Amino acid sequence: MFENIRLSFQGIWSHKMRSFLTMLGIIIGIAAIIAIVSTIQGTNEQIKENLVGSGENAVEVLLFQGEWQYEMEYNGIPAGVPLIADEVVEQLGDIPHVESVARYVSRSCYNDVYRLNTGLSGGYVYGVDQNYFDTCDYIVREGRGFTERDYSEYHKVAILDEDSADALFQGEDAVGRTIEIRMEPYIVVGIVAKSREFTPVINTIDDYYTYAENSAGVVYVPAASWPIIYGYDEPQNVVLRTEGTDYMTEVGKESAGILNTYLSPQDETITYKAKDLLEQAQQIQELSSSTNTMLIWIAGISLIVGGIGVMNIMLVSVTERTQEIGLKKAIGARKSRILGQFLTEAAVLTSLGGVIGVVVGIVLAEVISYLSTTPVSISIPAAVCAVAFSMVIGIVFGVFPSYKAANLNPIDALRHE
Amino acid sequence: MILNLKNIYKDYQQEKLVVPVLKDVSLTVDEGEYVAIMGPSGSGKTTLMNIIGCLDKPTSGEYELAGENVKRMKDRELSDLRLRTIGFVFQSFHLMPRQSAAENVALPLSYAGVRKKERKRRAVQALERVGLGDRVGFKPTQLSGGQKQRVAIARAMVNDPKILLADEPTGALDSKSGEQIMELFSRLNKEGVTIVMITHDPKIAANAKRIVHIIDGEIFEDGEAAD
Repeated sequence: MFENIRLSFQGIWSHKMRSFLTMLGIIIGIAAIIAIVSTIQGTNEQIKENLVGSGENAVEVLLFQGEWQYEMEYNGIPAGVPLIADEVVEQLGDIPHVESVARYVSRSCYNDVYRLNTGLSGGYVYGVDQNYFDTCDYIVREGRGFTERDYSEYHKVAILDEDSADALFQGEDAVGRTIEIRMEPYIVVGIVAKSREFTPVINTIDDYYTYAENSAGVVYVPAASWPIIYGYDEPQNVVLRTEGTDYMTEVGKESAGILNTYLSPQDETITYKAKDLLEQAQQIQELSSSTNTMLIWIAGISLIVGGIGVMNIMLVSVTERTQEIGLKKAIGARKSRILGQFLTEAAVLTSLGGVIGVVVGIVLAEVISYLSTTPVSISIPAAVCAVAFSMVIGIVFGVFPSYKAANLNPIDALRHE
Repeated sequence: MILNLKNIYKDYQQEKLVVPVLKDVSLTVDEGEYVAIMGPSGSGKTTLMNIIGCLDKPTSGEYELAGENVKRMKDRELSDLRLRTIGFVFQSFHLMPRQSAAENVALPLSYAGVRKKERKRRAVQALERVGLGDRVGFKPTQLSGGQKQRVAIARAMVNDPKILLADEPTGALDSKSGEQIMELFSRLNKEGVTIVMITHDPKIAANAKRIVHIIDGEIFEDGEAAD
């Protein structure tokens, strides 16, 4: 076996140009596949990294009207949507892989929040319960968080995130100062931030919508004091933190299902739905990966063409070496021995092509990544599969020439010119 | 008795015509003999050699090689029989051009499943036996015609075959190299090697102890060589 492999390399080396041209089809096919797979993998890993990195193991379950999030601002309070009771929260907390649950109400604010005459437009006002900051993985950077008494005594206190603090105070100290929310004065008691500093990598407009929509800033108030601003208790949304990114979709669906059992809206398009970042990202990804799967098939065709090239050159090689085969058979080589020799040669040729193809593919992927800023990730299993597959191609397309060699008649073969 | 051919016939099918090449050939060769099979081209001597060498099967007749009946053997058994009992020497040497003399000589040993170190040792030994102990690492292109043929003889001898089968061994050589090869054959025969040599050249045939003339597919004369 090793003898055969050594002889194969010797043979390939002695016909460098021919061997290279023969391998070219395999090299191109494998390189294309590796480049495509690396790009897919890179994008997928990017998505996970964006989600995990931003602490977004949290899945939000929101009230939807049809395909759109329900807009309290324009539609008023929907009939048949009850407030979420503590028992329901407990029920949600019992779903497997859920670490914590929080309720909140929210409105997008256009003209609601002011500090002196500086407005916060494009941001949000959130009325949150006491679990909210923990569940969403926020920590208090300055001042304090909300206390029990803030809730029980309806304190008019607010917490800003860094974006809204920047927008309203432009670097001045915010804690202890007053802002107005719908003409009600609120005292800023703290500033929160995500516990991990993380900037998601944004490559496409889809990425922007998926990861970057909250960038205008949020003002948080205790949910208890929400009616002071808006006049009513409003239907809540839920956010659940899961044990890992992979559980987000499942937990989101299950909790939306539980919440929907309490609904009896007149408008039947009103339902709770999970706003699952992972699922969204995957849907975006699926679109491009189905195109990529097609590309892999097309690259696969080039492998078959490459295989035919290998078969062709092996047939030439058998003809060229007819005398050698004749001699070997005459002096006692069994058929299987000749068969093995030529099969090994074909397999070594295509495997070598596969290895070169993987290297070229990796370089290609890095170049693509450099030019288009698409992330790439080299997959070791894909590389191993690619080499193994090219070896299989060598064996499949080598069978016919090898069989032909093994069955040569030694008398004719020796006399062959 | 190493070779025993009894009433061998061999026909070739040429389109619709059946051409008889060997007609009722019977021949026995004992251990230690040195036989030349002589005949003009087209006499059937090459066909006879192919049958003796188990490369071809007779149309009818019995053939025993080293006590084994060849007739009903399968391809794989024939390969093994050739490996164990016959050492081939060809007119055009048939050496692997990219491999050294020692690697060429070691080729049959690899088929016999001999370990690599042992192969190398025995190949060098065989090369020393034919007087090429100093050419072990040379490639065929670096050797003269006579040296190439001696490498081929070393390859034929390396597996200790029962019989050395040579087809026009001097046909591609100048007369001086040819004489050296004949001297080597005589010496090997003295050391106990059985040799069957096929030639059309009476001068070469004269080196053998026994000459079998074959004409038109029949044995015409079988006798001791006149010195």
